[in-house]
Parts: sequence; structure tokens; C-alpha cells
Amino acid sequence: MINSVSKNQLNKIILRIFLYLILSVFVIYYLLPLFVMITTSLKSLEEIRTGSLIALPRNITFEAWGTAWSTACTGIRCEGLKPFFWNSIFIAIPAVIISTLIGAINGYVIAQWRFKGANIIFALMLFGCFIPFQVILLPMARVLGLIDLAGSISGLIFVHVIYGIGFTTLFFRNYYVSIPVELVKAAKIDGATFLRIFWSIFLPLSLPITVVTVIWQFTQIWNDFLFGVSFSEAGTQPITVALNNIVNSTTGVKEYNVDMAAAIIAAMPTLLVYIFAGKYFIRGLTAGSVKG
Amino acid sequence: MSSILNIKNVNKNFGKISVLNDIDINIDKGDFLVLVGPSGCGKSTLLNCIAGLEKINSGDIFIDNKNMSDIAPKDRDIAMVFQSYALYPTMTVEKNITFGMKVRGLSDEIQQKKLIEVSRQLQIENLLKRKPGQLSGGQRQRVAMGRALVRNPKLFLFDEPLSNLDAKLRVEMRTEIKRLHYDLGASMVYVTHDQIEAMTLATKIVVMKNGFIQQIGTPEEIYNHPANIFVADFMGSPAMNLIHAQTKKEKDNYQINIKLANGEVASLTEKRKLKLPKDIIIGIRPENITEMGSKNKQNAQVITSNVDIVEPAGSDTYVVTKLGETEVTARFHSETKVKIGSKIDFLLDLEKASYFNPTSGKRI
Amino acid sequence: MSSWLEKHLPKIVLAPSFIVIILFVYGFIAWTAWVSFTKSRLMPKYDIVGFIQYDRLFDSPRWDVAINNLFIFGFLFILISMFLGLIIAIFLDQKIRIEGALRTIYLYPMALSLIVTGTAWKWMLNPGLGLEAVIKNLGFNNFTFDWLINPDFAIYTVVIAGVWQASGFVMALFLAGLRSVDQEIIKAAQVDGVPTVKIYTAIIIPSMTPVFLSAFIVLAHLAIKSFDLVIALTGGGPGYATDLPATYMYTMAFSRGDIGQAASSAIIMMIVVFSVVVPYLYSELRNKNDQ
Repeated sequence: MINSVSKNQLNKIILRIFLYLILSVFVIYYLLPLFVMITTSLKSLEEIRTGSLIALPRNITFEAWGTAWSTACTGIRCEGLKPFFWNSIFIAIPAVIISTLIGAINGYVIAQWRFKGANIIFALMLFGCFIPFQVILLPMARVLGLIDLAGSISGLIFVHVIYGIGFTTLFFRNYYVSIPVELVKAAKIDGATFLRIFWSIFLPLSLPITVVTVIWQFTQIWNDFLFGVSFSEAGTQPITVALNNIVNSTTGVKEYNVDMAAAIIAAMPTLLVYIFAGKYFIRGLTAGSVKG
Repeated sequence: MSSILNIKNVNKNFGKISVLNDIDINIDKGDFLVLVGPSGCGKSTLLNCIAGLEKINSGDIFIDNKNMSDIAPKDRDIAMVFQSYALYPTMTVEKNITFGMKVRGLSDEIQQKKLIEVSRQLQIENLLKRKPGQLSGGQRQRVAMGRALVRNPKLFLFDEPLSNLDAKLRVEMRTEIKRLHYDLGASMVYVTHDQIEAMTLATKIVVMKNGFIQQIGTPEEIYNHPANIFVADFMGSPAMNLIHAQTKKEKDNYQINIKLANGEVASLTEKRKLKLPKDIIIGIRPENITEMGSKNKQNAQVITSNVDIVEPAGSDTYVVTKLGETEVTARFHSETKVKIGSKIDFLLDLEKASYFNPTSGKRI
Repeated sequence: MSSWLEKHLPKIVLAPSFIVIILFVYGFIAWTAWVSFTKSRLMPKYDIVGFIQYDRLFDSPRWDVAINNLFIFGFLFILISMFLGLIIAIFLDQKIRIEGALRTIYLYPMALSLIVTGTAWKWMLNPGLGLEAVIKNLGFNNFTFDWLINPDFAIYTVVIAGVWQASGFVMALFLAGLRSVDQEIIKAAQVDGVPTVKIYTAIIIPSMTPVFLSAFIVLAHLAIKSFDLVIALTGGGPGYATDLPATYMYTMAFSRGDIGQAASSAIIMMIVVFSVVVPYLYSELRNKNDQ
């Protein structure tokens, strides 16, 4: 009796150890690239060439970071990532704000003011979220040229807002749908108008979904490459395009440490958002893609 | 005639489905109208139409003799209390109650004055700074009523306001609402699926089924003279007994023949001046089937039958027997000792019985 | 505010977005489709000439490689991500104390741009200085891992990087799915003495079909759109060995000045996406309307 009990316990312990072992292997799998990026960015080129990929830096140097930020070459210009970092900021912030606001009021209309055709409009918008953007690149390039926004920051904001509305509307609509319809009825009887109800009742309730939406939109827009590379010119490129230019430039010696430093700089904002507001990010991922 | 609500010939459909058919109801100032019926009978829809939250397809609705077509809810001078209370979750109780007044542009003084008046009346003064999430169900319901009261409307509308409360609270709040009605002399339209609420609160009841009005009347009329089998069965608890029987005309009276469980036939005499068909259904309430020697009813008649079930319920004991192929419930005093399986006498007060046509279900 | 305005305000508010979607999504798709039936080269021509762009497309060896790569990459990427995601989710479901921290670590790649991911893995898989060198230094002198520059194997490096990026997300989805299974059924099975493995294979996993479907849709969608990753990791190379329809389209549109080809390849991409997503959306919206 005692033997079989302790055998069971032993089995359990062995299984637990096995479990944690496997999970640790995966931790290494996921963290290794980040670790390598950081360590490489802190090494000198000499050390990189002679040392091992996974070794810690012998002499830590921030030189690569300086280069990445201010002097790395992105094509014919060699100003580092700094100007492009700001480009991304100037693109992302307005685009996030505008697309979120539009998504909120759209979601409100679709969720609480059912009129004939509202569902069809929603379906059409939802559909639009799933298209491969290759199919709109050509006409958008032409239209941007026609309205004189080609290659401009405003043009990129425009594009990101247009193709962000589908997602933001989806998020807010799914959220507002769960607010009881009697609330709107009571407000109507109290005399509140369409806009008043939105302002006084729905907006105060919207903090959680707004955070989710803002984080999702920011991540999408900051990390975007396709729109950036298709619709910008040398001076207005977002940071992802600049990063790619630095890493894949065919001139000169490959400076791996600069490449890594540049990658980390480019990844920093969304990574920080993830670390500090991770659970909202996850909510955005699962809400947006699992639900219809 | 001080009609406060006049619904004339109202019809409503959702696409091909007809949800309200030929609704005609008129109530006067101070009436407490209850719309009662099973789920899906159209009572909430009708209430929403009165409120202007939904459109009607044909007919007219008059509130205080004004035609309400094309008039928005906020201009109908009504107030509504919902089943889920529908309190604004991010506002304090105080803001919830004054929101409507604020929207209408009433001055701060007036808002405060009415707020104090109403919160005193409903005993929610100490809750004013709290948010709905911090209140109990009963407190929320009071705040919802406060929000309605503060509007001083012509018509109060209630949409199943007590259904979310537990049984004890429900009885308390029911009494509160009745008292409010009495104190204010207000006109109220109340929707419920609970027929006890209907009976206790109403001055006038409308029983609905599948979008049609089954009967309009006072609680007494509905209870004692149901217009059809549905109303007879739906209202009153325990339900009215519906017994199959055959009739035979005997000079001025009718002989009523009821099949007993053992195959024999018991005969009763109906002496009232009625015209009865051959096959009928007798509707008789449990309180009108009693034990021998219980009441000296002049027209009480005796049926002897087997006791199937005995249910002691405190002040009464319900005795179930089989008559005319149905389980019939009789109401005895709790002191009367009855044994299951014994054959005893039941006293039926036919004066209180209703007769229904078995095919149409209508009252004869 | 006049009552007509008030009554129609919801529609008026929604209208701009509606018009925008009609124009910039459906209108643009129509334009691209139109152009795919023309002889456009550098500039769009609008005379319909039939299916010649599609003929050229299907005759092009580069397109063959791209489509081939799409299926290889798509298949492996989806399969391995789902498998890894499921395994990790099941392991994490075993009441691990540091679950929160682990989840954060497994999921952070999703927060990164694909360019960053591509850059990181390009370095990791660098023949000569990357993982190859590490393994060699451990004593396996004959180990070669030059997939990155090997035309036959380069596409698999895209799989490795892609799986790294997305499997954490799949894990999060599956973990949520695992946990949404009715706990009472599981308890009943445990009381019945059903071994844990069987509980997973016979009860939990079968009830997770909707989650599998969602994960599949998201991954398929990612796979078809993957452009950033290839550009950063291999640039489409060596040569065009790691081309995917997305990179083919881009090259045709902006480097080669062959708008007709760009349009037709884009339309093919769209058709592939639709054939996966439309049935799913249709059934989802159907369910919503029935509720």
C-alpha cells in the first residue's frame, strides 16, 4: 500500500519535472533571438566575427546603438533611424486616434441603432478586414497621386485610417452589443438624443475596449511594412522600411551589431506596450480574430 | 370621461409575423392596467408601442386624448421602469435620477428639489452618491422608480419590473408599487407574466395570448367569469379545474354527467338559466370544491370519488381526485383529515362554475 | 436639432465609413480586377483583352515557384504552429505556477514587426556566424546549416521564423479554448477514472473544433499575406527561390513596372484568401443572426 502510493507520487514528480523541462526548452526557443539581438548589438564587429553567436559580450559597447540611431545608411541618406522613428510616430499617433474614434461611433451605430442594412454594412466592413492588401496597392498608389498625397506622411495616415476602420469598428461593435438595449430605451425616454446617449452613456463605459483598440491599432500601424514601402518616399519612410534598408543595404561591410541595434530600436515601442499592457493586447488579438 | 390611454385598433407585425392584432384598450386616469400573458404574447411589444419605442402598423394610440403617431418617446410625457432597471452604470444614483431633467434643461434648483422629494418618498436618500453597481436588486429597483417618479408623467409604464428579484423581495416591492399608486393617484400600465402580480395590483387586467386580447376586465371579472379556457387556466393559483362533462336537458334545468375514475357516472343539476350544448367543459376553482359540512351552500352538490393525492399547504389542504378524466384539485381546511385512496364526498358549488365550449374554448 | 436629422443621424454617421469601404475596398478590388484583364505595363490601360495576364502568370516559372512556396510554407507554417501551439497550451494548462510569466514570454513575438523578426532570424541563421557556427563549435564539424542561402531550402527558414512569430498566439487561443470546456464534464471523467491523456484526446480536443477553425483562419490569412517576413529574411532570394505571391506582386508592381501582372497576381491572391475565409465568415455571421 505504502509502496504504490509513493510510486504514484514519484511518477507525479517525474512528470512535473518533465513538464517544466519542456516548457523551459520553449522559453529558450522564444527568448533566444531576443537574447542574441541584444548581445550582438552590444558587441564590437571584431568580437562578432571571432566569437560565438550566443556568447555574452566580453566588452560591452554602445557604439552600434549610436550608429543605428544617427548615422546608419538607409539608401543614399546616412542619418540613422532617428528621422524615421519620428516618421512612424507622426504616422501612427494620428492614425490610431482617428481610426479609433471612427470605430467607436461606427460600433455604436451598428450595435445599438439597428436600421435596415446596418448588418449588411457591417458584413461588408468585416469582409474588408480580410482582403490581402496587395489587391489595393495599385489603385491606392494612383489615387494618392491624384489627390497629391503620394509619398507623404498624410498619405500614409490616410491609408492606415481607411484600412483600420474595419477592425476598430469590429472591436467596438462587439463590445457595445453586450450593453443592454434597455439602457438606450431609458435614455430615449429621458429625452437624450443619439449623440447625447453616446457621449453620456456609452463613452464612459468604453475605457477597456478603447485601450484594446488603441494597442491593437498602434501595434499594427507601427509594425506595418507593406503600406510603408509602397506609399512613402525616401524622406517619409516609416521605421520598418528604414530598418529593412539598413539591414539589406548592399553597400559596405555588414555591421551586424548595428543591424541588431536598429532592430531593437524599431521593436522597442510595441514591445514596451506589450510588456506593460500585455493583457489588453491579448484581448485584442483574441477578440478581433476569434469572433465574427 | 377622463381617458388617459386609448388604444384603438392597433396592429403590429414583424415582417410576415403578426405580433399585435386588433388591440382595443381604454383606461381612465388613476387606473392600474396590467397586461398579463405567457412569454411571446405581445404584452411587452404593446408596452413599447405605447412608449413610442416601437412603431405600430395600423391603428392609433392616444395618451390624454392626444394622438401619439409620430411623437417621440421623450415627448409623450411618460416614464418607464424596466425589468433590468436600466440604470446608467457610470453615473451616481443622483445623476441617474436627474439625467432626464438635465437633458430637458431644467434649472439646478428644480432638479435638486425634485431629487430630494423623490428620494425621500422611496427612502433612498442615503444612496444618492453610490453607483448602481454598489446597490442591491431592491435598491436598484427603487432608484429606477425614482427616475420615473421625478418626471411626473401622465403615464407610468412598467416592463416586468419585479421579475429579477427574489420571491420575498418581489412581494415587498409589489406592495410598494401598490402603495405608490394609491398615494399618487397615478395612471399605470404594468406588464407581467405573473398572474398573482396582475390580480393584486390591477384595477383592470388585459389577458393576452399570441398577440390577441383574450379578455379585458377587473380582477374580479377575470377571476370569476373567465371569457375562455385559456384565461380560466392561466389566471388564479392553483389553476381552475377544467372538467369534461355531458349535459342532458331536464325541463328547466340541465343534468350534468361527469365520469368518475371507476367508470361510474355522477350526476349534478345546473339550475341557472343557461343554454348548454351536449358536450361541455366545467370550470370550477379549487375553493369551490370543499369537504362535507364545510359551507352551507344552498346549491352545493355532492360527488363521491377516490382521493389520489393529498397536499397539505399550511392553512389549506389540497385534495386531488379524478373527475371527467382530469385531475381535479379541491381545497379543504387543514384540520380535515383525508386518507389517500379513501372514497370521500366532495361538495361542489356549481353556482360559481363557468361553462366552456370544448371546441371553441369560449365561455358559454 | 430637427427631428428628420435626429431620426437619420445614425445612418448619416455610418455613411462616410460605408462609402469609404465601398470605394477603397470593393471599388479598388474591381479596378485591380479590371486591370488584370488588360495589357497594362507601366501605365494602366483600360481595354479588356481577356485572360492574357493570367496566361502569362501561369506560364511564368517565377510564379510557379511563388505558388509552390505558398503551399509549402502555408502548409508547414500552419501545421507546425498549430501543433506547437497546442502542445504548449496543454502543458500550460497543467496548473503551472509561473503560467503568467511563461505566457508573456511565449507571446511577445506577436508584438514585433515581421521585419524585426526577419532581421533577427536572418542573423540567427547566418551561415558562418549564426547557429551553424555555434553547433560547429560544439564539435559537430560537419554540421552545415546554410538553408538561408540554399535555393532548395531557403523557404524553410521562412517557416522557422514564421512559426516563431505566430505559435505563441495560437497557444493563447488554444489555452483559452481548453479552458472554456465545461469543467463538469472533465470532473465526471476524472471521477470515472479516465486517464488524463484520454481526457484530452477524447473530450477536450474534439470540443475545440471552433477554436481550431479560428486559429486555422488566422494562420492561413497570415501566410497568404506574408510579405514583410520574406523581404526581411531573404529578400525573396536567393534569386527568387523564396518568392511568394505577395513578393511577386510587389516586384511586378514597383520594380518591373508590369501592372498587368501585378494586378493578376493580386487577384489570384485574393481568390485564395476568399476561398478560405468566406465559408468561415458566412457560417459565423449565420450563427450570430440565429442567436
